[in-house]
Amino acid sequence: MRIRWRSPIRGPWLTSVLGLVLLCSLPVVILTGLLDWVAYGPGQAIPADVGVLHLPLFDWPTRPSWLFRLTQGLHVGLGIVLVPVVLAKLWSVIPKLFTALPRNPVKAAERATLVLLVGGILFEIVTGLLNVQYDYVFGFSFYAAHYTGAWVFTAGLVLHVVLRFPAMVRGLRSRSFRGELRTPLAQTRPEPPADLVAPEPDRPTMSRRGALALVGGGSLLLAGLTVGQTLDGPLRATALLLPRGRTLPGDFPVNRTFAASRIDPAAVGSGWQLDLGSLQLTREQLAALPQHTAALPIACVEGWSTRQTWVGVRLRDLAALAGVPAPESALVTSVEEGPFARASLTRAQVLDPEALLALRVNGADLTPDHGFPARVVVPALPGVHCTKWVRAMEFRA
Amino acid sequence: MTGLRAVGVLACLTLGASAATIVVRDPTLHPSIPWMLAWFAGALLLHDLVLFPLYAAVDRALVRLPTGPVPLVNHVRVPLLGAGLTLLVHLPGIIRQGGPVHLGATGLDQTPYLARWLWLVLAMAGASALLWVVRVTRRSVAGG
Ligand code: HEM
Repeated sequence: MRIRWRSPIRGPWLTSVLGLVLLCSLPVVILTGLLDWVAYGPGQAIPADVGVLHLPLFDWPTRPSWLFRLTQGLHVGLGIVLVPVVLAKLWSVIPKLFTALPRNPVKAAERATLVLLVGGILFEIVTGLLNVQYDYVFGFSFYAAHYTGAWVFTAGLVLHVVLRFPAMVRGLRSRSFRGELRTPLAQTRPEPPADLVAPEPDRPTMSRRGALALVGGGSLLLAGLTVGQTLDGPLRATALLLPRGRTLPGDFPVNRTFAASRIDPAAVGSGWQLDLGSLQLTREQLAALPQHTAALPIACVEGWSTRQTWVGVRLRDLAALAGVPAPESALVTSVEEGPFARASLTRAQVLDPEALLALRVNGADLTPDHGFPARVVVPALPGVHCTKWVRAMEFRA
Repeated sequence: MTGLRAVGVLACLTLGASAATIVVRDPTLHPSIPWMLAWFAGALLLHDLVLFPLYAAVDRALVRLPTGPVPLVNHVRVPLLGAGLTLLVHLPGIIRQGGPVHLGATGLDQTPYLARWLWLVLAMAGASALLWVVRVTRRSVAGG
């Protein structure tokens, strides 16, 4: 089978420009993804056992308080925005995928690694997009698959960059970028004969600058439909097609409703007490302790975030009350049962002056959806660990 | 040079294989491995053998559109690509897949997405058509 490739603008220059964009942006997506794993905190990330395949471990800081909002917002946001660039890059090199496997075994093996590169990025995009839209059709653990896929993709990417970097530089130098921006359709000619350049191209219907504008426009469109999930106020609704552009009237988003938690309402009713080990506190007793206000983001691992004003008791005050004024860590348990019903906080996360066991938000008691009777909010802590419906806190010396 | 390349390829495959051990090491994940592989290969094959031929074929039809004084092709291509891209990225909400988890996570159902997407497509198509009309009018004014 011989395919007649027709595009008059496909060629090394266009591929190199798209490659450069990805070379600058994909490392950010990889790095912020790997940071997410670290942000879960010691021993709590999923998958748990990744051998040596993780970033150097460090205690996730509490400052700046918008740190996780930024890193995870970038991860998911940039991941979505790059979809058109990835698709365009694949379009630009697709004739190569339909050529025979080279005879030379090293070249053939090199070609095989493209499976890791292309399969890897498509797998990461597909699983990520499904995850942020709560569609678990794939039926396997998102975390394990996305984390493993990330390293498979990274392996393919590093080799690809090492091998192709010189070709990219040559491609970029082969034409003037400014010149292309000034070249209209009528003056658009195919690149000189080379790999990727069609030997018998069709008449151009789009200039190179038009093609770049088209890809950039696609990215802008997706960016415009995505940023809203990290903004508060009326602009949130601009995330038209994402779950997190919408909220219940007068509310801000949650990652789990009270109904979905399957908590017996009686368990968080008037008989509820916070168990600190050495003592138990009713909600009235908690409310009688010194209250502090903090405007802090809830930043979900799924990339959305929202900043709200919380009022509650400082975790370090509770630690002192429990008789552990200088804790090394704290184990928070929820009334809810399930994989995210407990979270361990580091020393810095307990001692931060804005780390709260919140009782109120935006001037009113927490609603059941937001974690009534009490929930944890800690600066820069992934939302999944800002435990709701807290039952017990164990401060460890 | 070939030696260096061989080392690079080997390093890449080693890293890829050690990544795979993450799922191999956890016995609870073993039943999922075939599915993960199927999705990995599926994503690749679906792109190369379905998505690409499909959009290439549509584009072949588009370039045959009347050229006239202001060619129509890009005025159809651009909104069509916008529609396809947003459909691809937001498919779960648009076709309402994953409703129960969506409801449990957000407290909301997936009803609005399809209509919103259709409005978005309509807006893109409308804007592109309007621009075409403006260009045609300008041209005939300039030419006439
Ligand atoms: C080049 C592509 C990508 C790479 C290399 C990558 C890598 C990673 C890594 C290493 C993690 C950490 C996983 C863990 O903590 O277990 C992660 C998390 C995540 N990624 Fe990606 N990712 C990519 C693309 C995407 C895209 C396109 C999206 C969505 C639109 C996405 C959504 C997510 C989400 C929601 C998480 C959070 C998982 C959680 O902790 O619950 N990723 N990513």
